[in-house]
Amino acid sequence: MTKPGNVARTVMLDGLQELIDALLGRGYTVFGPTVVDGVIDYRPITSVTQLPQGWGDVQDNASYRLRRRDDDAVFAFACGAQSAKPVLFPADELLWRARLGGAEPEIERAVDDKPAPPYAFLGLRSCDLAAIGIHDRVLSSRQFGDTHYALRREDTLIVAVTCTDPAGTCFCVSMDTGPVPRSGFDLAVTELYADGPHRFVVEAGTPRGEELLDQVASTAASDEDLVAAERVGAEAAARMGRVLDGTNLKDLLYDNTESPVWDDVASRCLRCTNCTLVCPTCFCTSITDASDLTGTTAERHRVWDSCFSEEYSYIHGGAVRESGRSRYRQWMTHKLAAWHDQFGSSGCVGCGRCITWCPAAIDITAEVAELRRLAEQRQRPQEARP
Amino acid sequence: MTELLEATAQPTPDPPTPDPMVPRVFRVERTRQDTRDTYTLELSPLDGEPLRFAPGQFTMLQAWGIGEVPISISGDPHGSGLLEHTIRNVGNVTRALVHTSRGATVGVRGPFGTGWEVERGAGGDVVFIVGGIGLAPLRPAILHVVRHRDQYGRVVLLYGARTPDDILFAPDLEHWQDDCGIDVAVTVDNAPHSWRGRVGFVTSLIPRAGFDPLRTTAYVCGPEVMMRSSALALRDRGVAADRIRLSMERSMKCGIGLCGHCQLRELFLCVDGPVLGFDRLEPLMSRWEL
Ligand SMILES: Cc1cc2nc3c(=O)[nH]c(=O)nc-3n(C[C@H](O)[C@H](O)[C@H](O)COP(=O)(O)OP(=O)(O)OC[C@H]3O[C@@H](n4cnc5c(N)ncnc54)[C@H](O)[C@@H]3O)c2cc1C
Ligand code: SF4
Ligand code: SF4
Repeated sequence: MTKPGNVARTVMLDGLQELIDALLGRGYTVFGPTVVDGVIDYRPITSVTQLPQGWGDVQDNASYRLRRRDDDAVFAFACGAQSAKPVLFPADELLWRARLGGAEPEIERAVDDKPAPPYAFLGLRSCDLAAIGIHDRVLSSRQFGDTHYALRREDTLIVAVTCTDPAGTCFCVSMDTGPVPRSGFDLAVTELYADGPHRFVVEAGTPRGEELLDQVASTAASDEDLVAAERVGAEAAARMGRVLDGTNLKDLLYDNTESPVWDDVASRCLRCTNCTLVCPTCFCTSITDASDLTGTTAERHRVWDSCFSEEYSYIHGGAVRESGRSRYRQWMTHKLAAWHDQFGSSGCVGCGRCITWCPAAIDITAEVAELRRLAEQRQRPQEARP
Repeated sequence: MTELLEATAQPTPDPPTPDPMVPRVFRVERTRQDTRDTYTLELSPLDGEPLRFAPGQFTMLQAWGIGEVPISISGDPHGSGLLEHTIRNVGNVTRALVHTSRGATVGVRGPFGTGWEVERGAGGDVVFIVGGIGLAPLRPAILHVVRHRDQYGRVVLLYGARTPDDILFAPDLEHWQDDCGIDVAVTVDNAPHSWRGRVGFVTSLIPRAGFDPLRTTAYVCGPEVMMRSSALALRDRGVAADRIRLSMERSMKCGIGLCGHCQLRELFLCVDGPVLGFDRLEPLMSRWEL
């Protein structure tokens, strides 16, 4: 993670508190990982004592549980229940309200409301960081953008962390998004807890981050600390729980729209939409309109939606994607194939959340592998012919 | 030559409003009932700035507090400045829209999407193939051709409606046929005994339409199955796939490529379409529930 010209510093837990204080002092709302409702999730924090010290997680198909660690690590868990998505791209966003009482409706845009304080993230995983990069591309680099997202994002400060203890559902290495944050952060932290004192190697990615780091008691990172930081990242990379083979994935998906895999997944999928809700890159939304009982005000909200719901594809005459097979196919094909055509990258960062939170234990990596196996099986006898 | 180009040029569509998710307010100046379930609204902008558009573009039209739906612009691109929308009442929002009374206001976002690019068909024959309400999105393109009639070769309009009572814009059809040099052929799916016209699917009109496939551009709008069979029939006769233009319908919640609903594999039909060439669409239209 060390870049030339960038001086890494070593910071103790107290220094992390100073970092939080410096952010709060600058008016940031600081989102950090914390234990809530039996999971680790980002919440506004003010103290390092709110970090999940000594907690780790065990994640597998349809299962998430916290476990007690035998060390004092604060960041030694894999991705939490949600990414930065609910903060930067909320599930419900007021777009505008209109007063209809007068002769002419008056429309007030919600972006003109008093701005919320800027956000800072402390302890953002590199998969989630990559997902923010994807949302930047989807939501604010095209002809039209999401004004609210762009405003919120502009002021957001990010302190990323290297994942040191990935979960059984992680496959960021396959997607080339982790476990070590490479870009897109203001500060990047690698926690060292296995040997020596509990400490953090911190590197700045922006002038803003550098300036912040100056506010924190630190020492120049020793060569040993740098080597140790490098090593925990490499070790984490070697301990991925899952693999997703990306070879010719776009063609595989585009060419196999009639694979029996889709029927098989459809027989298990409950179309509960969990996978799209936890996915840090899923961005589909709908609109809800509301008016008060007297009809004098109307409000418009943008709300998360999911390609797994039936209403999603309604047009006159019925849903375009009536069957479950077509909906799972749409989700996976969009994520792993069409996304490349639309945005120049995969839509999956390998965080594994859709695997963990699917009540039916459906695993995107396993479904891709099965799709590939059946496609190759079908090809082989043909190739054998003269 | 420059004169010709200027004459054919489409008005430049308006740039999106500062925030494309926030509507402009338009007042309903006139309403007209076209058929049993279809109405035309003529709208004027409260801010006085007429909405310029390219034929084939749509707006997101909204009934306050009820909802917002994509509706094509059906008026004359070179017209009076009133925004025309022809709406079939099929559900919640369209019901509220068609029953909006004169003087009331609606919200308008847009114009959005790609147009028919009917000026690119100049110099050759033109075939419009229409099913049902599809005549509304095509009307601005037809009006453009009518206005620049001398720039086009043979012009044919093949129109299929469900029943004689569902025929839209009957006065227009007559005018185009009688005064504008357009060969209009109408067919219906079902008809009472009193109907003297043709009965059958609109595709059955293609063989007798008498256009020169090699110099024809076709504009097709209607239900997806009808567009697909029309496009295949045209291509079989030798019309180039990229000269067969279709307007696709999908659920659209934003109109600006953000909500995801209108995706057809890699396409966001609200910004990459709704009008696209059959060369692009054929592989996507032939897969079930894509
Ligand atoms: C680019 C574009 C241009 C268009 N131009 C025009 C135009 O010029 N004129 C025009 O009239 N239309 C046009 N349309 C179509 C128009 O947008 C739709 O008819 C409109 O969105 C319907 O909305 P609604 O709220 O009235 O109906 P909804 O209440 O949304 O119902 C629409 C349909 O959805 C289905 N549906 C809804 N709820 C359910 C349910 N619970 N179960 C099963 N099915 C359900 C039904 O089939 C119903 O008919 C266009 C569409 C697009 C994409
Ligand atoms: S598809 Fe699954 S693994 Fe990939 S980014 Fe979304 S939630 Fe994470
Ligand atoms: S794949 Fe799993 S999480 Fe996603 S909709 Fe189906 S059952 Fe729900």
